[in-house]
Amino acid sequence: MLLIRCPYCEEERPELEFRNAGEAHIARPTDIAAISDDDFEKFFFIRQNPKGIIYERWRHLHGCARFFNAVRDTVSDKFVMTYKAGEPKPSKLPGVSK
Amino acid sequence: MAKAAQKTGIVEAERHPALAGRNASAAHVTLTALEPAERISLRAPEASLAALSKALGLTLPKKPKTSTSKGGRTALWLGPDEWLVIDDAGGDLLADCAKVKQLHSAVGVSHRNVAIGVTGPGAETTLNAGCPQDLSLAAFPVGGCSRTIFGKVEIVLYRTAEDAFRVECWRSFSDYVFTFLSEAARDAAA
Ligand SMILES: [Zn+2]
Repeated sequence: MLLIRCPYCEEERPELEFRNAGEAHIARPTDIAAISDDDFEKFFFIRQNPKGIIYERWRHLHGCARFFNAVRDTVSDKFVMTYKAGEPKPSKLPGVSK
Repeated sequence: MAKAAQKTGIVEAERHPALAGRNASAAHVTLTALEPAERISLRAPEASLAALSKALGLTLPKKPKTSTSKGGRTALWLGPDEWLVIDDAGGDLLADCAKVKQLHSAVGVSHRNVAIGVTGPGAETTLNAGCPQDLSLAAFPVGGCSRTIFGKVEIVLYRTAEDAFRVECWRSFSDYVFTFLSEAARDAAA
């Protein structure tokens, strides 16, 4: 079983307590009625789905119930780090070279 | 029934707790359906905590996985702005919170939850049959508490002593939880 560190519970907890909640750092347009269909498509449907490092939202559903962000490697399934919702994308990742 | 009620003017309701009378014991574990209690689900921001603590008569814990207890009341930290408060002494938690003017949400969940006591040297092993958390004393000390899962059900787990836990689950899941615990207890070594 994977252990995921919850930044609110401040410890590693079993993966069964968590839910993935999609890609992180997607900003909702301030005036959604004003944007074009193409821009709406980009905002609403288009996701990076990278091979390697991905920034995701997770929720500690069966724990503190908080949403937070996680950096994960989609090749190894390893969690690189987690941080609280609203915090900026970390510029430096521990143990990742590029 | 209706006629009798008309005569006396009183309709009598009989309450049957979900797990009334259910107990089980194995070599190293005892399971007990605990007495009904008053409970609230409390949500509040940092700025309201002092006033709420004063009204409830105990200090709401701010550290993850911790609890505080005083005068038959226990406050369990569930999240950064969320607590489960249990009163075993017949106090009125909702009335106490209603006096607080600061922003908060207190919802009565006394009848939503059912509590099961898991005690004995095999308690930890019994719970770990369905709960994936590390329940060793180092990771989950006495007084420690957490919302977590047990099998396919969400529970709140609270360690009351080195070899005793209180399991809080929603009443409609309580049959599942009790039966699962009973089976796990049979296999649990000390
Ligand atoms: Zn958490």
